[in-house]
Amino acid sequence: MKFFNSVLLTALLSFIAGIYISYWWFFAVIAFLVALLIHQRGFKAFFAGFLALFILWFVLAFWMDLSNEGVLSVKIASLLPLGGSKWLLMIVTAFVGGLVAGFAALSGSYLRSSKPKK
Amino acid sequence: MRIGPFLIATVITTGLVYGLNKKWGSVPPIGKFLSPQFGVWQNAEPAENDFGADLKFAGLKGKAEIYFDNRLVPHVFTENDEDAYFIQGYLHAKFRLWQMEFQAKAAAGRLSEILGAGKDTAILNFDRNMRRLGMVYAAKRSVEETEKDPESKSACDAYTAGVNAYIENLKESELPLEYKLLDYKPEKWDNLKIALFLKYMSLDLAGPENDMEYTNAKTVFDAKDFDKLYPITQDSLDPIVPKGTVFLEPSVKVVAPANADSIFSSWKNSTAISEIKPDRDNGSNNWAVAGTKTQSGAPILCNDPHLSLNLPSLWYEMQLHTPNFNSYGASFPGAPSIIIGFNDSCAWGFTNAMRDVRDYYEIKFKDDSKQEYWFNNEWKRAELHIDTFKVAGQKDFYDTVAYTIFGPVMYDKSYSGKRATNDKYYAVTWKAHDPSNEMMIFYKLNRAKNLDDYKAALPYLSCPGQNCLFADKRGDIAIWQQAVFPAKWKRQGDFVMPGTDSSYMWQGYIPMEENPHVINPERGFVSSANQLPVDTTYPYYIGGHHDLYRGYIINRYLRNMNGITPADMQKLQTENYNVLAEFALPILLKNTDESRLSGEEKKFLDIVKSWNKRNDPDEKGVAIFKNWLDSVEVEIYYDELSKVTAPFDWPEQYTMVEALLRDSAYSFIDNINTPNLETTADVIMAAFKKAVPVLSKAEAGSKLEWYKYKDAGVRHLLRLPALSRFHLFVGGGQNVINATKDFHGPSWRMIVQLTDKIEAYGVYPGGQSGNPGSKYYDSFVDQWAAGKYYSIWFMHAGDKMDKKAKWKMTLDKL
Repeated sequence: MKFFNSVLLTALLSFIAGIYISYWWFFAVIAFLVALLIHQRGFKAFFAGFLALFILWFVLAFWMDLSNEGVLSVKIASLLPLGGSKWLLMIVTAFVGGLVAGFAALSGSYLRSSKPKK
Repeated sequence: MRIGPFLIATVITTGLVYGLNKKWGSVPPIGKFLSPQFGVWQNAEPAENDFGADLKFAGLKGKAEIYFDNRLVPHVFTENDEDAYFIQGYLHAKFRLWQMEFQAKAAAGRLSEILGAGKDTAILNFDRNMRRLGMVYAAKRSVEETEKDPESKSACDAYTAGVNAYIENLKESELPLEYKLLDYKPEKWDNLKIALFLKYMSLDLAGPENDMEYTNAKTVFDAKDFDKLYPITQDSLDPIVPKGTVFLEPSVKVVAPANADSIFSSWKNSTAISEIKPDRDNGSNNWAVAGTKTQSGAPILCNDPHLSLNLPSLWYEMQLHTPNFNSYGASFPGAPSIIIGFNDSCAWGFTNAMRDVRDYYEIKFKDDSKQEYWFNNEWKRAELHIDTFKVAGQKDFYDTVAYTIFGPVMYDKSYSGKRATNDKYYAVTWKAHDPSNEMMIFYKLNRAKNLDDYKAALPYLSCPGQNCLFADKRGDIAIWQQAVFPAKWKRQGDFVMPGTDSSYMWQGYIPMEENPHVINPERGFVSSANQLPVDTTYPYYIGGHHDLYRGYIINRYLRNMNGITPADMQKLQTENYNVLAEFALPILLKNTDESRLSGEEKKFLDIVKSWNKRNDPDEKGVAIFKNWLDSVEVEIYYDELSKVTAPFDWPEQYTMVEALLRDSAYSFIDNINTPNLETTADVIMAAFKKAVPVLSKAEAGSKLEWYKYKDAGVRHLLRLPALSRFHLFVGGGQNVINATKDFHGPSWRMIVQLTDKIEAYGVYPGGQSGNPGSKYYDSFVDQWAAGKYYSIWFMHAGDKMDKKAKWKMTLDKL
């Protein structure tokens, strides 16, 4: 339940922050705070942060691409270069967001966790 | 708290954010770039986007409405003229901001700021070239002049305010894609940027100059041979002003310096400068036919300017409607007014005059400090301008340019274009340096009602020289080659001139009345296609670098046409007949001995023999003819030209063809490197045999069809293939009315029939949106490539409920 909640909360708050706060990386702060608030052990926290942004960015990119009828994604995917595959572009996009959020969440988790017992 | 792991995780996170927020070489800042809420995904415009909106701006004076049709062409209705220019600026910025700013930066020599110095400092060199030519100096003088006139000042101010209204309200997520890719932000617009853009057009259209190359050529050739290679007129010339027209006595008497002839033969210093030059085919077609030749009885005006074909396009189509005027046509993102278009009463268009208004003078400095130069028997002080170049990722670069009475010393020891060291100083005199208010010609034409208004608009065009075409509903047609042209003695400015006294300077300017022009001629049409405007009875020296065959074939068609309809004009504007082949192919075939050809060679000869002389997309004869003729040119001239060690210009192909038609013993035919005396047949056969391997290779790659061989496309301004359109199925080419080359050609095709209800057609190879993420980015390209047109909706105030108005934007003052 904790895992699900932190994924949901991170994704939701990151989305809202993206509307009101003009720093693209502000979701990292969100992921950090959520991990601090809903404490989970390192790997789980990382994975929750990663998954939250992976899903959020993938869904957003997918949705925008759908309404754009793929006009832009194919061009960007040849520019970057990802062989013109828009799916690969969406996955790379999602992975970048996920990676930053994962480490931010990890950082939040470590700030609160106590030393593992010997 | 686990301090160690916490620190490590935090450092990794911030490191990631930092790394993903930063541009690495040409890789954009990946995090920022890919973020769906900030980056490039935001540029993915919904296919069913609603362009309607309700907006308020402090800069507006009254209410306004914009109706977009289904091609995203805006029809702007305002209560006063200033608001029309404000909205034009706003719309240009909304749809084309990046390109406007990029072009203004290019003109100002500031590309290194965003792109860095480039490979082999190519971009920094481009910037230095612009500054040394005096682009910013010229633009600043133009702004002063523009702001002296209350009408042009208010138009520019309103336009600039409109651009800035868009920029100020722009969120990071809404930045055009290219800003995100290159990671920079737009700066505020100003009137200087408008002037810079117009000067950039002056430069782009100043293609004909070849002073350096001619100077190099005359180190090897005597006057007689030079004239044979680079003659000043042509046999098959069909000039803009029909032959036989009697010209006015010249009011400006020019006198060649007494030593001009001796200097020609004795002053043989090679310059070794390779200039950064615009495309030499920056030309155009325009013509207007009188009502006597049309089916409707009303004049028809046609224009297609040939320029580099880029995405986003140079042109933005729109209509401006105010209580004072109602005009429609192609506008330049970056400048107010409709540039080529029509209004309720008349239509207008332009082609390039190809005249030489840029000359070079060799300056003698006292020493390398460039502080004093020798002029009229004394040392004169030069003004030293220090230019600062901000270079992305590097230290600032400083460049010192000396300004003399002739103009800026463009080339010196520190800068010689792209070439090796140079120990001379060349100052450039360019008409575009003089104060002028070019935008007023467009301002006035947008409001013109008749021939008198047209004539009153012309004097504002001081540079670049254009063939200004006009037709109105009253039935008048006219063409005027206009600019403030220097009156020159024969060959003045064809070479670099001595700059130690005033004797070689321009002595005066030709009055507008004496510029070549034609009004309502008996033949019922006026036309231009970058050919010489006049025959040699014209009292002033023309100079420059002119086309020949397009003008010849356009006039031949127009003479023979009657009962003309707009559909006939569409066919003519996209005509692929190759008249050069009509002249040249018979000479080639006549001099070919088939018995000496191999099977492979015979195969290509047969194709070209049965070729219909049309540059249609799937013809195979075109590539064979072109390669053969190019190869003949090399055979005939290269032995002589290769003696010129510095950059030189090849003679025009028409010069060679006319020489071969005139004279079977053309002196350049003989190869001076062989003991034998070669004949025309020898060189033509040798040329064919040398061309065949190229053709065999093309055929092996199934690339012999003309459209594949030419491989035309429309390129993104940054030359990014992913944002360009390549491999178009188009015909045409050089010397053909449909002048489509690889990445250059008819950039806006327009046909206007001046019936009571105007009937107009237009198309350009681009789209209304500059955003590669919009379906309107390249939506006209296929229509253009197919030689088809859009029927233009010239909207009137009564049409506001028409279904063609797909989206509506309402605007009001804040």
